[in-house]
Amino acid sequence: MIDKRIGDLATAVAPIFDGAVVMVGGFGNSGIPAGLLTALLDQGARELTIISNNAGAGEDGISSLLREGRVRKVICSYPRSPGSIWFERRYEAGEIELEIVPQGTLAERIRAAGAGLGGFLTPTAYGTLLAEGKETREIDGVGYVFEKPLAADFALIRAEAGDRWGNLRYHVTARNSIR
Amino acid sequence: MKKLDENAMAARLAQDIPDGAYVNLGIGLPNKVAHFVPEGREVMYHTENGLLGVGGAPAAGEEDPELIDASKNLVTMLPGAALFDHPLAFSMMRGNHLGIAVLGAYQVAENGDLANWATLEQSFPPAVGGAMDLVAGVPQIFVLMRHTARDGSPKLLKQCSYPLTGAGVVTRVYTDLCVLEVTPEGFRLVELAPGNSLEEVQAVTEARILA
Repeated sequence: MIDKRIGDLATAVAPIFDGAVVMVGGFGNSGIPAGLLTALLDQGARELTIISNNAGAGEDGISSLLREGRVRKVICSYPRSPGSIWFERRYEAGEIELEIVPQGTLAERIRAAGAGLGGFLTPTAYGTLLAEGKETREIDGVGYVFEKPLAADFALIRAEAGDRWGNLRYHVTARNSIR
Repeated sequence: MKKLDENAMAARLAQDIPDGAYVNLGIGLPNKVAHFVPEGREVMYHTENGLLGVGGAPAAGEEDPELIDASKNLVTMLPGAALFDHPLAFSMMRGNHLGIAVLGAYQVAENGDLANWATLEQSFPPAVGGAMDLVAGVPQIFVLMRHTARDGSPKLLKQCSYPLTGAGVVTRVYTDLCVLEVTPEGFRLVELAPGNSLEEVQAVTEARILA
């Protein structure tokens, strides 16, 4: 019988290893997998790369991982939300690597990895600092930047309901980057 | 000089959003524009976290903490609203399916260059969000901002000194002192806020304002 459900959060996050790349769903406070993030904090994995839209706020979730020095790198579009104190402290002290990605490019890079694509050409960021060092191409007079897929070892997401086959249902704007 | 307050700035911009428009509002001051759309116009607001048809704040007791806009405000859904994931939300932007985006800015140059995601301060983390996607695919980019920075330095420049969000993308600028249009010749005055003269406004503007 197929049953993808796991009985407790600690078991769910147990395979996350030191140095793992972890995607975390959520936009603002909507769709944050709070229980899984707390379990990851308790689990102790270090040197994590976190891919998320924001870089946490307050003391919980991604912020708690940053506070405890467990994150090596953040890949996100908007790390500077009100209350992103732990990200800001780590960044200012030079203790963390930051890769800023335009939000639509971030979502599409994640989608591309999941869809088996080798990347895509986007007009976003063409001619800006965020396109520096990247391949560009002009098509019918429009400039595009080549963006590679972005994959992770694990993804932590929040859903409203699920079944044993792994089908999930999301609540309003808590869907965010999840397909 | 007579400066408009933030509500008056947002209300002025709202006058220029036509009936039937599909609009994305940036974080902060631009978000206020939705409160001031004139009666009788139907405007569809798009928010990049996955909702088209953003409604106003929920009534007390009816808040849903997971129903938010890009500014992280609690919102409601209008009749005809649609929910979708981020890849589709950004397809709508890049694919030219929205008509107007209203954004804040650090700097705007007379050729329409926009800088609103990073400063030159190394310890201050940059934050781009959806701004570069919006300017890549939305035909009309309205900037809503204070005319000068907090320290009084000009924000309407001959050339931006901060890293660009997009080159030549701004169509109009709405400030607390005036409304400007970006033309091939530079900023052209559309109107002055009541009680100000062009000479006064020009004196706090680095770029030339064409009458």
